[in-house]
Formats: sequence, C-alpha cells, structure tokens
Amino acid sequence: MRNPWFWLLVLAGLTACNAEQSTLHVFGAEARAVRQMALLLTIGAAVIVTIMTVLYVRAVRAPEGKLSHDRGMRMVLWMGAIGPTLILTALLIYALPAMRPRATAPGDLVVRVDGEQFWWRVAYDPAGDLSPLLSANEVRIPVGRTVVFELTARDVIHSFWIPGLAGKMDMIPGRTNRLVVQAEKSGRYRGVCAEFCGLSHALMAFDVIAMDATDFDAWLRRSRAASAGAIASRGETLFDAHGCGGCHAIRGTSHDARIGPDLSRFGERRTMGAGIMPPTSANIASFIRAPQDAKPGARMPAFPQISAADAQAIAQYLKGLK
Amino acid sequence: MSLHDQDDPALRAAQEERLRAVWKPPQGLFLRWTDTNNNRVGVWYVLTAFGFMLFAGVLALIMRTQLAVPDNELVSANSFNQLFTLHGSMMMFLFAVPMFEAVSIILLPQLLGARDLPFPRLSAFGYWSFLIGGVFVSGSIFFNAAPDGGWFMYPPLTTRTDLSGLGADIWMLGLSFIEVSSVAAAVELIVGVLKCRPPGMRLNLMPLYAWYILVVAVMILFAFPPLIAGDILFEMERLLDWSFFDANRGGDPLLWQHLFWIFGHPEVYIIFLPSIALFAMLVPTFANRHLLGYPWIVLAAVGTAFLSFGLWVHHMFTTGLPKISLAFFSAASEAVAIPTGVQIFVFIATLWAGRVTWSTPLLYATGSLAIFVIGGLTGVMVAVAPFDWQAHDSYFIVAHLHYVLIGGTLMPLFAGLYYYWPLITGKKLSDRLGRVAFWMLFAGANLTFFPMHLSGLMGMPRRVFTYPAELGLGGLNLLSTAGAYLFAAGVAVICVDLCLSPRRSKAQRNPWNAGTLEWLAHPDDEDWGIRSVPLIESRYPIWDQPDFVRKVDEGRFFLPDAEEGRRETIVTTALDARPLAVIRLGTPSVKPMLTAIALGGVFIFTTYHLYWAALVCGVATLACTLWWLWTGTAEIPEKPCKPVGHGIELPLYLSGPAAPGWWAMFITMMADATAFSGLVFGYFFFWTRHADFPPADMANGPGMMWPMIALIAGLVGWLATIAARNIHARGGVARARVLLACGIVLSIAGAGAGLAGPWMSGLDPQVHSYPAIVWTLAIWTSAHAGVAAIMQSYALARSLAGKMDPHHDADLRNVSVYMHFYALTAIVTYATIGLFPEVA
Repeated sequence: MRNPWFWLLVLAGLTACNAEQSTLHVFGAEARAVRQMALLLTIGAAVIVTIMTVLYVRAVRAPEGKLSHDRGMRMVLWMGAIGPTLILTALLIYALPAMRPRATAPGDLVVRVDGEQFWWRVAYDPAGDLSPLLSANEVRIPVGRTVVFELTARDVIHSFWIPGLAGKMDMIPGRTNRLVVQAEKSGRYRGVCAEFCGLSHALMAFDVIAMDATDFDAWLRRSRAASAGAIASRGETLFDAHGCGGCHAIRGTSHDARIGPDLSRFGERRTMGAGIMPPTSANIASFIRAPQDAKPGARMPAFPQISAADAQAIAQYLKGLK
Repeated sequence: MSLHDQDDPALRAAQEERLRAVWKPPQGLFLRWTDTNNNRVGVWYVLTAFGFMLFAGVLALIMRTQLAVPDNELVSANSFNQLFTLHGSMMMFLFAVPMFEAVSIILLPQLLGARDLPFPRLSAFGYWSFLIGGVFVSGSIFFNAAPDGGWFMYPPLTTRTDLSGLGADIWMLGLSFIEVSSVAAAVELIVGVLKCRPPGMRLNLMPLYAWYILVVAVMILFAFPPLIAGDILFEMERLLDWSFFDANRGGDPLLWQHLFWIFGHPEVYIIFLPSIALFAMLVPTFANRHLLGYPWIVLAAVGTAFLSFGLWVHHMFTTGLPKISLAFFSAASEAVAIPTGVQIFVFIATLWAGRVTWSTPLLYATGSLAIFVIGGLTGVMVAVAPFDWQAHDSYFIVAHLHYVLIGGTLMPLFAGLYYYWPLITGKKLSDRLGRVAFWMLFAGANLTFFPMHLSGLMGMPRRVFTYPAELGLGGLNLLSTAGAYLFAAGVAVICVDLCLSPRRSKAQRNPWNAGTLEWLAHPDDEDWGIRSVPLIESRYPIWDQPDFVRKVDEGRFFLPDAEEGRRETIVTTALDARPLAVIRLGTPSVKPMLTAIALGGVFIFTTYHLYWAALVCGVATLACTLWWLWTGTAEIPEKPCKPVGHGIELPLYLSGPAAPGWWAMFITMMADATAFSGLVFGYFFFWTRHADFPPADMANGPGMMWPMIALIAGLVGWLATIAARNIHARGGVARARVLLACGIVLSIAGAGAGLAGPWMSGLDPQVHSYPAIVWTLAIWTSAHAGVAAIMQSYALARSLAGKMDPHHDADLRNVSVYMHFYALTAIVTYATIGLFPEVA
C-alpha cells in the first residue's frame, strides 16, 4: 500500500471504463492533437515540479551563507525570469499552429446545431440544393471528411463539446460559431453541454455516431425518406390525438412542428431525453407523463392525463420509427 | 520635548496615562460596536470573513457528498445550482477579498508604525457594509432563494426573469454593496500606505506587505468598477427590461462576459498577491536574513498587476474568438507566469542564503508553495488555447483553480494565522495541532483536487449536479469526496486550536525574532498602537537599528504624547516619508454603522422592488454621510502647529494634494472613472457589433442640442468651482461663495439637460441596446452632476458656517478634485452620445 505505483494502478483501474466521452479516448484529428499537447504539457509540468521540489529542499537544508547574495540574485534572474521566459516562448511557438482552424472547402458538410434548454436541434446541410435534414439529440458525421459545425443557441448560452472529437465551442444567442473537425475512427461516442445553462444542465448530452463515409451518405439518403414504422397504429392515433404533433415533427407524417425535438427515426436512436437514458418503452412512457421527473426544468409539459397504457402505445409507435 | 525629557519615568507614565485615556475603547453593550480602532474592527472583519469561509466550505461538502457516487439523488438540481453558485461567490466576495482587507486593516498601522489608519471610520463603515451584505447574500440559501446562475452569472440565463428568480437580484445587489465596501477599504489602504508611513520610511524601505497592499488595493480600484458597471447594466435589464444582453434587441451576452472577466481575472491576483506578501514577511524571519532581491519582488508584484489586466479573455477562449485574439491572450496569460516565477525564486534564494529555522508557519508556507506551483503549471496549460478548448468548463478547471486558490490563498492565510496570531492575541497557537492540521489539509487538498484533473479530461463538465455511472467517473469522484472530508477535518483541527488559544499563557514579545516593525507589538498591548512613531533607517529596523525597541517603548521617537486629548497620527510625504503634519483621527462613532445600514437598505429594498423604501434609505444614506462629514472631517484645529518631539513642529491641518482626504477623493474618483469607462466600453462594444449603430429608426440619437447644453453647463460649472477655489485661497471669500452658488445652478442645469436629450427625442431603452446605453450614460453623468451640486452646496455651507476659511480650505479643494472628474465624464459622455452618431 505504501508503494505509489499501487495507487497509480488503482487510479488507472478507476479510469479504464469510459471510452465514449473522454479527451483521452480520441476519435478526431483535433482531439488527437490536443491529447498530444496535453501529454507534453503534463510531462513538462512534472519535470518542473520535480526541479522546484529539489531546489526547495536544498534551499531549506543549506547552511547559512551557502549561497552568496550575488549568486542568489543570479538564480532569481536565470531560474525565475529568463528560464520561464524561454520555456513559455517555446511553448507559444509550439501551440500557435494548433490555434488555426482546419481549412474548409465549399463542398464540406455543414451540420447546424442549435442548443436549447436542455436539448439539441440538429440540421444536416450537405452541399448541393438538397433541403436540410432535421434531427435532434444525435449527431452523425462521416469519418475522414471535414465537417463544419455551425453552432447557435436560442435561449441561453450552451457549449457544444464532443471530448473525443475536438475541443468545445460555445453556443451564444445572437452569434453563430463555427467548429471545424474531422473524425478519424468510426464508433459511437457522446457529447455534452459544457456551459452551465440552467436546471438540467447536467442532463443535456447527445449521441455522436462517426460512420464510414459511404455508410454516412447512404444513411443521409435513406433518412430523407419517411420514417418507416407502424403507420396507422394505435400509438400514432394517440400521438395525434394528444397533440404531440403540436411540438414534435415526424418526417413523412403531417406533424412538422419545430418547437420540440424532431422525432423522425426515433427508433434508430440509442438514447432519449438528450442522451440521458435508453429509449425503453417504460422510459418513454414515464417521460411523456412526467418529463420533469427525469429532467427538472424541461420545457415539455407533463401529460399525466395520458394513461400508462396509452403512453406505452405511443412509446411503441416511437420505437417503431426507423 | 527633547530626548532628555523622556528619561523621566514619571513623565512617561503621565504620557501613557493620557494616551490610554484618548484611545480607551467605548464601553457598553451597544457602544462597544461603535469602535473604530483598527485592532478591533480588523479582528471583527477577520472573524466574519472566516465565518463566511466555513459556511461556504460546508456548502462545498454538501456538493461533494452529492457527487460521491453517480446518479445520486441526495440534493436536487435546484439546490445544487444554488450550492455551487453560493460557494464560489462567497469564497470570492465574502472571504478572499475581505480577508485580505481585514488582515491589512489589522497589520498595516503596525507595519507602518502608525497609531491607526487615516480613516478609521471608513474601515468601520466598510466592515458593517460587508457584514450586512454578506449575511443578506449567504442567508438567502435558507429560503431557497439563493442565486443559482453560477458565480459568473452569465446572461441571458440570469437576466431573463422567466429563467431566473430573485437569486439573481440578490447576487447583483447584495454583492454590489460589498463591492462598494471593498473599494472603500482599498481607498483607505492606499492612502494609509502612501501617507501614513513613519518618518524616514522611504518607498524602498517599506515592508513588502505594504508594497503588496498598495499594488493589490490599486488593482481593486481598477478591477471592481467594471463589474459594478456590469452590475448596473444587469439590473437595468432585470428590473426595467432595458436591453443590454438580449440578442433579439441589439444586445449581446458577451458584453457581460468582458466586463465580468475584466474584473474576474485581476481578482485572482487580488487574492493571490496578499499571500505572497505574507510569505515575504515570514520567509526572512525564518531564514534569519533580509529578503534577497527586494527590488525584484516589488517589480514582479507590479508586473503581475499590470499583466493581470491584459488576460481576461482567456476565460473566453471558447466563445469563438478570431485567431489573433487567441494568440495574443495566450501569450499574455503565459507571460504572467514570469513575474510569479521571480517571486517564488526570491523566496527559494532567500531560504538558501539564510539559516532556516523550521516552524509551523514555514511548514504551511512550504505546503502552499507546493500546491500553488502545481496550480500555476496547470494554469500555463490552460493558457494554451487549444488545450483550454478541451479543459475549459470541465473538472480540470475545477482542479486548477482550487490548486491556485488553496495554494495561493487559503493555505498561506493559515501560514499567516500561525505566524501573526501571537501579534494579535499575544499567544502562540499549538505547534502540534498546527502540524496535524497541516498534513490533513495538504493530503486532503491533493486527494480532493488531483483526481479532478483526470475526471475533467475524462469528459466531466463542471456545474453538474449528477453524472451517469456509464462514464466511469464514480471512483475518481469518490476519492475527491473523501479528500474533501479530510480537508474539512483539517480545518476543524485549526478551529479547535483557535478555540483553545484563550486558555494558553502569553507568549514572549516578538516570539519568532522577526525584524520588521509590526513585531514591536507587546503581548499586553495597549490600544494606542505604537508608543512613539519611530524614525526608520532600515527595512528590518528591529534587527538593524540599535536599541530600537527600547527607544520606541520609552517614547524617544515622535508623537509620544496626546497633550490635547486627541487621537493622532503622523502624515508624511508619499515618496520619501518626510513628516508633513499631525492629523486628528476619527473617534468611535455610530455614524459609520448607521450609514452602512441605510445604504444596505437601498440595495436590499431594491432587490424586493420596494422602490419607495429604497428611496427613503437613499435619502437617509445621504443624510448620514453629510452628518458624518460635517461633524468629523476637515476640522479647523485649535492651534496651527504642535511639537512632536526632537524639536520638530508639525501643522495640524492639511489641504490639497498633501492631505490624506484629497488623496482619498482622488483615488475614489479613479474608481468612479473606471466604472464609467466600463459603460463607455459598452457603447463602443455595441457599435462594433452592429453595422448600424445608432439603428436607422433612431439615427439622430438624443440629438446634438441637449447634450451640448449639458456639456457647456458642466464645463462652466467646473470652471466656476475652480475659480472659486483659487479666489477663495487668495482671500476672496464672498466672491468664492457667489461662484459656488453659480456652480450649483449650473450643475443642476447640466443634470436636467443631460436627461432632456434622450427624453425629448423619445428614445425607448426597452427596444434596443442603443437607446438603453445612451440613457445609461446620460443618467450616469446627470447623477454625477447632481452629486456635484450637493458637493458645491456642502462647500458653500461649510464656508457660511465658518468651518472653512482661506487657510483651511480642504473641503473646497476636495470638491475641485471631484469637479475635474465630473467635467471629464461630461466631455466623454456628451461627445459619445451627442457627437459620435454624426461621425460614425
């Protein structure tokens, strides 16, 4: 137990499980560069801490007069002033190129993401004259291609952060910020809101799916079509009857409201409620009846008047939208 | 009186009897709280700030308990948001800054061999404001009404009344009140350092703590006002629905971020530099030698202060800035590490060159430095913009800032506590308990915050009330929580040590064998501060000046007596400390407390939209202030001069730039002008954000006529006051009075004309940021015109009442200083709102 390596191993064990939302498990070029930089900075910091500790211990132990006034002043000059200046200048020169955003070309995929309390409005805007494809709380990007995120916010400031892909970028009402990235590895990841945005800030995440470019193109084409699903099911009738379409859109149906999250192809999604839980029928049903239980401050009104069985039916309908 | 006289013990005893009578504290259950002596006000101040620190620490423990395991449901999201908002706000505004001011109020007179600070009643006013505002802000959590928008209070989340409740107003108004008291204390400390040094203590002989007080107080002066300007805009938006931060009506949320961080970053150094100052006092003591590199450390402190105003944007690296800003602010943020490096190496070199006596205070200082260095290095990491894009608003930053603040503020304060406790109470704290507490604190801090670097890099954002188990952050968070409890236990041990202190016996005088002036303090100290004000020839007079302690004690230096039964201290010149005068200090009085209560009423009633009550309190504040000034300042002495010993006679009255009062006015107006520039910055910030500013449908703005009338009235009123001052000094009392009366009329006319511009042109501040900021500038300037009228009336009344004559014209000279700043404000405002639309 005295061995420091023991604790380091414990620490490593504690950290091993998260590969979806970590700056240390990268899948994007930008995050890879920063991870590299973080490693270098950490090593540098550790070296400096060691040197300072050794110097301090020697300073305390040194007998009186061991260091003359002039040598002491030289030490302050070289180690306190000139040394840090050189190191920091080198660091700045090293870091400057990384501040330049990735170059973009006119044909690059633009994904517009709009933060709202407490979910994400997503629109894919590929080059050409296709109309944008709307979605919510899930971002899909092609591997190996440059992707431009255009980030805005409607109500308050949010921040768009996919730790494995790139650094974060704030979403500020009245401004449009751009974040240019390139994924290097396909897989399922997670992003979160990083700027405190109110009651359920902690419950504002989203799924990120990096796909092979050809798969992505196919998915984008396929998604433009109407959601296949249990059309004319009991759940659909209830969805209609309770006015869910007053806020939510489902492509291929008459529901095209833009107030709440777009539910097209909801059945394809891995999570619900902006990345906070798996979309099981039970979760969907209870969210419909009391959204604030799962998500304090959520804008969706509660529907306690919908019976549990009816809510289950709506859940079944939504899960069938693929 | 000559040296020879002081040989007579009977004479000395008589002097001491007179001093004791003059400095006797007020007695009685209520009256004792009207005391103004820095010894007592400073101690109340320290204890109150310490209490707020403990309270904010408990809030943090509740947070850590909630976060100990994933998906915990101990605390609701609503409560958690209040907890972290209040924890940060209290630690910053109710602990770190006030604690610096409190410690300085206790120490400064002793460091400078002064009897008290130049404005003891101002210290008392600052304390009562702090207490009232602090209780108001922190108490709100018991009513579930605490602010919940984060200590940075970013709009629009906090300005939209549908998204945030009363808490936001409590934060803005409650803390604005405390900011006022902080600025008041800063004025007091700057004047104290510059004007109340003992004879011979040139700037380069000043104890380093005094240097740091000067630097930090000047920083407060320039850092807090932009936040006050921001607070004004913020409350205008919340209470009156004016548009400053609402993007739909021409506002911009980023304006707040700029104003907040122009305050917020220097704030970090405002609370860190005083700790370096404590090290600069105790390191030489325990190295048993002079500090090596005195000019270096002074330059480094000044350099840090300068740089700290140029790097606020590194808090905004993720707001979508252009690359050039990123590069500039990255460079500036890294550069601040250089003066910090110099300061740390000065300490290392001093310890190396000296013979180190190991002690509990030095142990704390060592631990603080270790923690601080780690925080500083992660600070360099986040100064690199690309790394910050990942680390920003993640737990990495929580780790970084706590390493900086624990290593740079809290632990050094504990070092200072163990070092200076004998100075204040005459008793030493327990070395054993101190060491036990130290190791608990040191281990606890590292155990709490080191894992947070990792949890942040593993994707844990800040300010989350919970996190999902799937992220695998449970183990790291559990470690952090365990560390937090260990840290809290360490603080508890210190509290026990403090509580045991009254039962311990008195320590000997100067128990650490230090060389600086404050250690003249005697365990059985009297309230008069120092027995006689010494002549200083060295930075470490107790070590270097022969027979120094005895000479001070026997009253062989200056001002050993209080013949006229007045509290007095010596005023010297700002640079080379040549004696200028003896000034009479304020005595215990209820007026500061009443003024603080009335001013508190203004802020508190406004929070609850009780505007009539607030107005009544405003009038009461004005009345109390005038009463306080009228009865307690610029008093004409009964004789022009008095002997202070060694055949030196000093005047008893000062006016103009030699006088502490003039400096206080000048410094206050620097703060005022800084707040004003925050508002002007707002105007031009909006201008850069909009292609059409003013917007097309109000292109004429407030027009040119009224602003120009207001400007001319302001300038002529200013000239009239200056003429009154000059003519008055030459004996033309009657003509000066007429000129002052004209000045009053012109100031009132200027106030009216300033408001007439936006009023007559029908600018509606609710529709767009342009009319809103124009109205704000106009109201600011007109309010200053109103204050100018009050000041001119005050000077006129003083003259008519015989409290001001050509040889005693401090009031008129102080009013003139105010008028210079008022004229400047009027020029900038009316040129901006009246002329700029013509050229833009």
